[in-house]
Amino acid sequence: MRIVCPFCGERELGEFTYLGDAKPARPAAGATENEVFDYVYLRDNVAGPMSEFWYHGGGCRAWLKIARNTLTHEISSVEPAAGVGARQVGA
Amino acid sequence: MVGPAQTHRLESGGLIDRAAPLGFRFDGKSLAGFQGDTLASALIANGIKLVGRSFKYHRPRGILTAGSEEPNALVELRTGARREPNTKATTAELYDGLEAASQNRWPSLRHDLMAVNQLFAPIFVAGFYYKTFMWPAKFWEAVYEPAIRRAAGLGRAAGVADPDHYDKAWAHCDVLIAGSGPAGLAAALAAGRSGARVILCEEDFAFGGRLLADGGTIDGVPAAEWITRALGELATLPDVRIMNRTILFGVYDGGTYGAIERVNDHLPSPPEHQVRQRLWRIVARRCVVAAGAIERPIVFAGNDTPGVMMASAMRTYVARYAATPAKRIALFTNNEDGWRTVETALAAGLQIAAVIDARPDVSAAHRALAAKGGFAVLNGSVSGVEGGKDGVRKIAVALTGGARAEVEADGLAVSGGWNPAVGLTSYHRGRPKWRDDIAAFVPDSAPPGMVAVGAANGAFGLGSCLRQGFAAGAAAARDAGRSGNAGAPPVADDEDFSLTPLWHVAGKGKAFVDYQHDVTASDIELAQREGFESVEHLKRYTTLGMATDQGKTSNVAGLAIMAVVSGKSIPETGTTIYRPPYVPVAIGAFAGHHRDENFHATRLTPSHHWAAEQGAIFVDTGLWRRAQWYPRAGEKDWLESVTREVKAVRGGVGFCDVSTLGKIDVHGPDAGAFLDRVYINTFSNLAVGKARYGLMLREDGIVYDDGTTSRLAENHYFLTTTTAKAGPVMQHLEFCRQVLFAELDVQLTSVTDQWAQFSIAGPKTRDLLREIVDPAEDLSNEGFPFMGAREVALRGGIKARLFRISFSGEMAFEISVPARYGDALVRNLMLAGKPFGVTPYGTEALGVMRIEKGHVAGPELNGTTTAADLGLGKMMSTKKDFIGRVMARREMLVAPDRQVVVGIKPVDKTRRLRSGAHIIPKDKTPGPDNDQGYVTSVCFSPMLDQWIGLGLVERGRERIGEIVHAHDPLRGEDYDVELCSPVFYDPDGGRQRG
Ligand SMILES: [Zn+2]
Repeated sequence: MRIVCPFCGERELGEFTYLGDAKPARPAAGATENEVFDYVYLRDNVAGPMSEFWYHGGGCRAWLKIARNTLTHEISSVEPAAGVGARQVGA
Repeated sequence: MVGPAQTHRLESGGLIDRAAPLGFRFDGKSLAGFQGDTLASALIANGIKLVGRSFKYHRPRGILTAGSEEPNALVELRTGARREPNTKATTAELYDGLEAASQNRWPSLRHDLMAVNQLFAPIFVAGFYYKTFMWPAKFWEAVYEPAIRRAAGLGRAAGVADPDHYDKAWAHCDVLIAGSGPAGLAAALAAGRSGARVILCEEDFAFGGRLLADGGTIDGVPAAEWITRALGELATLPDVRIMNRTILFGVYDGGTYGAIERVNDHLPSPPEHQVRQRLWRIVARRCVVAAGAIERPIVFAGNDTPGVMMASAMRTYVARYAATPAKRIALFTNNEDGWRTVETALAAGLQIAAVIDARPDVSAAHRALAAKGGFAVLNGSVSGVEGGKDGVRKIAVALTGGARAEVEADGLAVSGGWNPAVGLTSYHRGRPKWRDDIAAFVPDSAPPGMVAVGAANGAFGLGSCLRQGFAAGAAAARDAGRSGNAGAPPVADDEDFSLTPLWHVAGKGKAFVDYQHDVTASDIELAQREGFESVEHLKRYTTLGMATDQGKTSNVAGLAIMAVVSGKSIPETGTTIYRPPYVPVAIGAFAGHHRDENFHATRLTPSHHWAAEQGAIFVDTGLWRRAQWYPRAGEKDWLESVTREVKAVRGGVGFCDVSTLGKIDVHGPDAGAFLDRVYINTFSNLAVGKARYGLMLREDGIVYDDGTTSRLAENHYFLTTTTAKAGPVMQHLEFCRQVLFAELDVQLTSVTDQWAQFSIAGPKTRDLLREIVDPAEDLSNEGFPFMGAREVALRGGIKARLFRISFSGEMAFEISVPARYGDALVRNLMLAGKPFGVTPYGTEALGVMRIEKGHVAGPELNGTTTAADLGLGKMMSTKKDFIGRVMARREMLVAPDRQVVVGIKPVDKTRRLRSGAHIIPKDKTPGPDNDQGYVTSVCFSPMLDQWIGLGLVERGRERIGEIVHAHDPLRGEDYDVELCSPVFYDPDGGRQRG
């Protein structure tokens, strides 16, 4: 698999680490236990296009948000993940 | 060495170099061949028909094909450490001195006693593994498996390490081409002329594919001349790379392809400093698959008799190698292409016994050929073969209309049609589609960027191969943004192709579908009767197509027979999933240079070379090599050395390299706020010049990692992690910084490799440090109190970081210098420490002292424990949000009966405690129901003069003083232990503060 890092260019899979679903946003401080539970544990088992977190540990150390089709491995977009994993800024 | 005359070699012709004779041995017998031979063609030239014994029944087998689809002619190639089992004689290039041995026979190939397996054939039918040996289970290991392994099998592995080197390499190109037949060469010409970067991979050592045997006329010249011209032109193109002995074996995502280059397999051993094979990962924008097609057998009784050969292989041996598999050849065909073998054989002066053609209509041209050659053309099919290990003698023919005939011949060429090589196009779960006109599966789709052309796409005519290849090469170049002039395509005529499907001829005797796994037509019928009708079930139940050849010659016939017996069409029956690799690839090639000491990178601490000089014993911790202890002359074991090291530290001063701890510089105005969110305790209020122990949770509330973090300046913290988690914590913190808390102005820098860090511990630590540190620095208890952290100058002016932290529980400092000074520092510590008896200590003594002090480490931070379990619950701030805060409060994570860290010591003080022992209440029977935890860490404590340990025990902290039972079924030990405080030594911590 090849991933086009927005900072480093096209690189091979071995430079990246997969984390998982980029959809759940971390609840802000003061969230209930149920909300945090959902954030930590509830994941869709996606067959098709999915938004995912990847880490370019073998390159620029950027966390990336990648749109990938889990059926074909086709990657339709790669962007820096800055800030997308938080629902709102914690106090 | 050059052996005897080659009895089955034609006087002239062939692409062999008669000026380069080669000697070789097969089963110990000296034989001769020529440069340009394969082992198979050389064996044929020497009149050898019997080359192996079959997998289950030990039936005599000969050479069936002339390529990598070969199921029968597998040999052990080379000897000693280079012995390579299951090597296809049909692709092994002959070299002088080659040694090969037949496989799966005892005591010899000609007299194989295991051939009695044929008498037991009924027990070796489809599914025999499942039926015969199901019960009792223990019999499997003791009886059945060893018996089967003796009786059925393939070659023997060398059994010793491979002495050769294997390489791994990357390549990038616009257009990757698989195969150098007419389609592949035409594609390369078109793409190369267009200005594309081209890589063409050819499995064979010679270029040209089927043209090498079949010839033809291209652009008005003989095929051989056209190949030479094409290769010549390609050589002039700047970005075209032509690789022989290289085959594409896999297709991966994003246009990445796997190829194996057999760099030096054609030599006895690789020349010095050269590799045996090279694994290529090729990244290509477009891929043109011109991998050709595989001729398929027809299933009939005795079709595995040596001397029965694929028609195309028969003419390949005659035309390309000038070797004659038979003198009097019969052809059994259901298609036009098979007749080429007749033409080739007649041209070489061989006799044709008869042609058995399953098609009712044979062309006038062929009839004229038969009249001229003096042989009969029989309309019908072969129903049996008489012969044995010495080859074919007589062929029984069932004529259309019911009559029978016999043909005397010493070789039978068979053509059941052609199967396009659909492997590469199907590796992304592509399902090929059925084409009735050629009765074969062709690619229906292909992975992105890939296209199949020529025979691989079901186009068998030479003209259409050239047209398709050229068009695909030009299109691929255009897709890759290359717009040069592709020029004119090469031109040739298209031959006629007609075929009447024929898969299986009824007859008496075993009729083989999968030669390599001895799967017969009746096995497939049996599988259908027993309900294993789906092709995936059929495959696993009969093992059809599961041998090293992956069913290249058998899969389609197998599912065609299944289609017939189950009353379905072939497309309804379908194909199994195709998976790489297309040909077997040596594990050594995948490993490349990553073996032995290079299996992974090795990280050496800054004091490593010095420690090695001291004779330190090292231990692997992750990628690191750490000094475990420093034995001294006269010490009888590790325990004596470690005990001395601990006593030396606690009684004087010692030092230990702790550079392996993960180190991260945290900079920025929000550094404190950031750390507050990732640690359970607070760091924003840490004073500059101070260090604090911190604990991190995972978001699910379980402890992740721990370490000390110091505030070196208002906006600069220095964070340490455990050795094991250095990488993961950095990744986690980057996630927090970039993704969760992107609004914070903070930067992280990994500085693990930049700093050499030593722990200096013991009551004489200050005395030693004063010899190292600039006298102007105040190291007194007031000037540098416990948990102080700041930069200091060393004597000579080097800046160092000094931290007054203690893992050992002694008065201690950790000192950091730039890594390049680490070696000098350790040598200076030894020199300056001599008057104080300074003692280097290793990770064992470090571990002993941390257990004596009840500090938790890896065995307790095991991915199941909470902060409270570790006795650190009070560190958890209630005033702020942090990673893991909410989940850590879940009911089961705060339950009162959780297993928590407690000290453990044997009641019998002379007894050794072992980690892993389970804790059982005194009056209860050992077992899962009464299991209350286990011992996590143990050591022999020099200070207490007994074995001590830490454990995770249910309600452990409430049960101090209770005697419980340690149950260790693994080692067969049972003994009483006392639960106690985890802090065994200096419980009020006075020593580290002093
Ligand atoms: Zn990058």
